[in-house]
Amino acid sequence: MTDQGIGARVLRKEDKRFITGKGKYTDDIVQPNQAYAAFVRSPHAHANVKSIDASAAEAMEGVEAVLNGHQLTGDGIGNIICGWGITSKDGSPMNMGAWSALATDKVRYVGDAVAVVIADSKAQAQAAAEAVMVEYEVLPATSNVLASMKEGAPQIHENAPGNLIFDWEIGNKDETDAALASAHHTTTMDITNNRLSPNPMEPRSAVATFDESEDHYTLYTTSQNPHVARLVLSAFYNVAPEHKLRVIAPDVGGGFGAKIYIYPEEIVCLWASMKTNRSVKWTSTRSEAFLTDAHGRDHVSTATMGFDADNNIVGFKVNTKANLGAYMSLFSSSVPTYLYATLLSGQYNIANVYCDVQTYYTNTVPVDAYRGAGRPEAAYLIERMIETAARELGVDPGELRRQNFVREFPHQTPVIMAYDSGDFAGNLDQAKAAADVAGFPARKEEAAKRGKLRGLGYSNYIEACGIAPSAAVGSLGAGVGLWESAEVRVNPVGTIEILTGSHSHGQGHETTFAQLVSERFDLPTDNIQIVHGDTDKVQFGMGTYGSRSGAVGMSAISKALDKVEAKVKKIAAHVLEASEDDIVIEGGEVKVKGTDKAMGWHEVGLSAYTAHNLPEGMEPGLKEGAFYDPTNFTFPAGCYICEVEVDPQTGVTEIVQFTASDDFGTIINPMIVEGQVHGGIAQGIGQAMMEHAVYDDDGQLLSGSYMDYCMPRADDVPNYTVSHHSTTCPGNPLGMKGCGEAGAIGSPPAVINAITDAIGNNNLSMPATPSRVWAALQQVSAAQAAE
Amino acid sequence: MYDTTYYRASSVSDATSKLAGTEDGMFLAGGQTLIPTMKQRLAAPSDLVDVSGIDALKNISVDGEVVTIGAACTHAQVAGSSEVAQAIPALASLAGGIGDPAVRARGTIGGSIANNDPAADYPAACLGLGATIVTDTREIPADEFFVGMFETALDEGEMVTAVKFPKPTKAGYAKFPNPASRYAMVGVMAAQTGNGVRVAVTGAGNDGVFRHNALEEALGANWSADATQGVATDADDMLSDIHGSAEYRAHLVSVMAGRAVDNS
Ligand SMILES: Cc1cc2nc3c(=O)[nH]c(=O)nc-3n(C[C@H](O)[C@H](O)[C@H](O)COP(=O)(O)OP(=O)(O)OC[C@H]3O[C@@H](n4cnc5c(N)ncnc54)[C@H](O)[C@@H]3O)c2cc1C
Repeated sequence: MTDQGIGARVLRKEDKRFITGKGKYTDDIVQPNQAYAAFVRSPHAHANVKSIDASAAEAMEGVEAVLNGHQLTGDGIGNIICGWGITSKDGSPMNMGAWSALATDKVRYVGDAVAVVIADSKAQAQAAAEAVMVEYEVLPATSNVLASMKEGAPQIHENAPGNLIFDWEIGNKDETDAALASAHHTTTMDITNNRLSPNPMEPRSAVATFDESEDHYTLYTTSQNPHVARLVLSAFYNVAPEHKLRVIAPDVGGGFGAKIYIYPEEIVCLWASMKTNRSVKWTSTRSEAFLTDAHGRDHVSTATMGFDADNNIVGFKVNTKANLGAYMSLFSSSVPTYLYATLLSGQYNIANVYCDVQTYYTNTVPVDAYRGAGRPEAAYLIERMIETAARELGVDPGELRRQNFVREFPHQTPVIMAYDSGDFAGNLDQAKAAADVAGFPARKEEAAKRGKLRGLGYSNYIEACGIAPSAAVGSLGAGVGLWESAEVRVNPVGTIEILTGSHSHGQGHETTFAQLVSERFDLPTDNIQIVHGDTDKVQFGMGTYGSRSGAVGMSAISKALDKVEAKVKKIAAHVLEASEDDIVIEGGEVKVKGTDKAMGWHEVGLSAYTAHNLPEGMEPGLKEGAFYDPTNFTFPAGCYICEVEVDPQTGVTEIVQFTASDDFGTIINPMIVEGQVHGGIAQGIGQAMMEHAVYDDDGQLLSGSYMDYCMPRADDVPNYTVSHHSTTCPGNPLGMKGCGEAGAIGSPPAVINAITDAIGNNNLSMPATPSRVWAALQQVSAAQAAE
Repeated sequence: MYDTTYYRASSVSDATSKLAGTEDGMFLAGGQTLIPTMKQRLAAPSDLVDVSGIDALKNISVDGEVVTIGAACTHAQVAGSSEVAQAIPALASLAGGIGDPAVRARGTIGGSIANNDPAADYPAACLGLGATIVTDTREIPADEFFVGMFETALDEGEMVTAVKFPKPTKAGYAKFPNPASRYAMVGVMAAQTGNGVRVAVTGAGNDGVFRHNALEEALGANWSADATQGVATDADDMLSDIHGSAEYRAHLVSVMAGRAVDNS
């Protein structure tokens, strides 16, 4: 028996190469005759491009070519698209503005590329890029939704009057209005969700090679979904037909959503490789990453929650204005709509929920999915609202939640989602016990003696993972299906290769996916190899995002394993002259139950491939594939409790305790899951207290380096107490829900609820920097002085 | 980075004469500011004259009442020096709080003060302790050395060779780090010196490091953290940015001054 199956803390197979510096990333790829790309980027947030003079650059040493947007569109390269159509309240389609990989007549954000230099060396390319003379006619700019929606605001795209992209709604408006009108108590808040830079450790990179003799392209790139990249590059951007384009995403050093999309640089590298007949490489600098990686969040909302006289929630109404940046990125429209407002019922039984969302163009880099993608925005809104309502109602915030929990499943919310399982009270109880909530008043008193303000905050998040049933998302506007595929190849010697359409960029698939196989066939994980990230090797796949690789990707593997198992049993039954029903697989053998008749696992493989003695009519070989299309979203949920101490003199907040109780359904590898939760909470703490992508009113990025963009460091985060209280997901064969984003979704409201509890002021926005916390404390003292 | 020519100097005179012969050369010490600036293509020196290998600049000595630190002494060296820890513990702890271990292993006192970043720590030490900056040609009192943001009294081609710190009766430094960069958002050096109480503030002022007269008076009358409470700092003179408002920085000045006294 191996001890490497489901539930085992198997050390990560991939870590040997990562820890020893032997990972192979896109920037490590060196092609013969490779040239380097350097982009000429707009220093202005909004400007007409009057002219581009490349003559000086072209004359510089090592320069192969200087290419611009007119040449690109002239060669038929298509505009970059958003792949999820959203329909406005009035039935009109969204106003998608044209986005050319190299701007032609107009630039719309600082960093928008207008030209590219291809040269023998990186230094030569950079030097020549500086020598390209671009004449701009600078236009007024807007950098946030409130400015973009103003009367007379600069018009960013001709086809989006007033910069409005769409005005969308969900839920039951009239009923919600009526419920709120007759409510016993209402809580109303203005809540912003701060804009973030994604900051994967590995910057984006691309190496494109056009092989003229074969009329074939190869692209190495930092992608979370190489097949989707190939599809979009082929079908929409006309770079090459799919069968003439191979996309490889080798080791990828973190994605967090930012590497889902197909960016201008990859398109340009492919096209430039064809133009110059050389391999073309580009690797983003950290400064370029801040300017051009799709940002996350950036919502401005107003919300009202209503309660009856018994403190039951009777209605929840939300208006959100979302900033999508200068262009619509690949999934940008889905994030503030179907990935967000469908979760606004939270863990609560609310009969009436209504949300409308207006999205706007601004002169900032595009905004798209970032770890959690819409669900953090929903959780933050609901969980701050209910905590504030509890304070206003004078009731315990945990108990107000408990009273309103959904308790029966399946539960249909008013906003599309049908929750399939959960035990929210169980998570609340587990977290409360671990956090010793009962002992909090004494700890608060003790802290006060030391001059510190101690506070405690809850967050009972729910989110939707495992995206998603293809027909369902198709009916909501998605341009793709969201199933996953797998192929299981048992080799003649019995070792196994799993080809998966999921892509690992930090998640540890090489280990967890192997554990799934180990569980099924009782084989050591060393005998199992996971193959992913190469469109020439792997059948089509949809990639990794939205915590879908367990619930969807592994379900596909499980389905393929079913088929392999069935064939193995048929072969063994034939060879061992027994009934298929009596065949069991264990201990590296395939046996006849209750007898000593057995063949080695490898012998079954060999039998399948020698094909000397197979059942009548059976095809040789042992290789099966499967596509798995989920039947529902999955619904990870949990309770997070944060405890902080604030120094009232400086506004500095220290997180003294952070407790998590999560329901992820079946857990394959607890060590990896805990790692995902730790990282997610760190990211959530970053959003809550430190991180902020800030543009000034003219659209210049003020947080363009780590000198100004504050990432959480090890000493900023506490030791976490992480635990699980799981219910099995009924929707997939493994009972899994997903764990990749929960930490980042659940933690920000817990942190802010704790700080606002400590300082006695609910008026606090993320990131709650010391300066902001101090200012909120000044409001409290000013109010006290006025009394 | 633009092309540049690197030269490793063997002595002070070698360095200054070499630099004089360049078109647009610069001294290079620890490179912790200059190299990142060059990588971002914001500086393009034709030549780099590296002073970090000049042995004469790497000594720390205590001579009676004066601690002399060679310009090429790294922050780690100052932080770890038992002589400094004994003579001016506030200076050792200030050096130990600069950046991270990698930065402290390379960055130098000479480079730091020549650069005079408005958020750097050493300028507060020099000004607060009444140091004297020694160059290849003269000695400059700290009060005259720090002219404004990134500006010093150094002439073109003039090289810092050492900094002389008179031993204070008592001194303490307190730093409120900028959350992102961890440079000083407000750093206060408060010292009882032979010439009375001196208080220097770095990170906060909109014209670089400065002496805080009101705090000097208050602490001169009563050397205690309490004495700093309520000593006002004009927010109009403070920096304001995405990390903190001018009001916040003004408030932090007296808080940090109090903590500096507590640390003394
Ligand atoms: C990540 C990071 C964090 C940091 N955090 C802090 C912090 O918290 N607090 C802080 O105070 N600093 C901080 N620094 C700055 C660092 O401490 C260095 O002191 C500083 O960068 C300059 O010293 P250097 O020796 O590296 O000088 P260099 O970078 O080599 O040179 C800086 C400038 O000084 C000139 N110069 C160098 N030596 C001399 C000399 N002898 N005479 C005349 N001119 C000279 C150079 O020409 C150049 O203009 C940080 C730096 C980094 C990279």
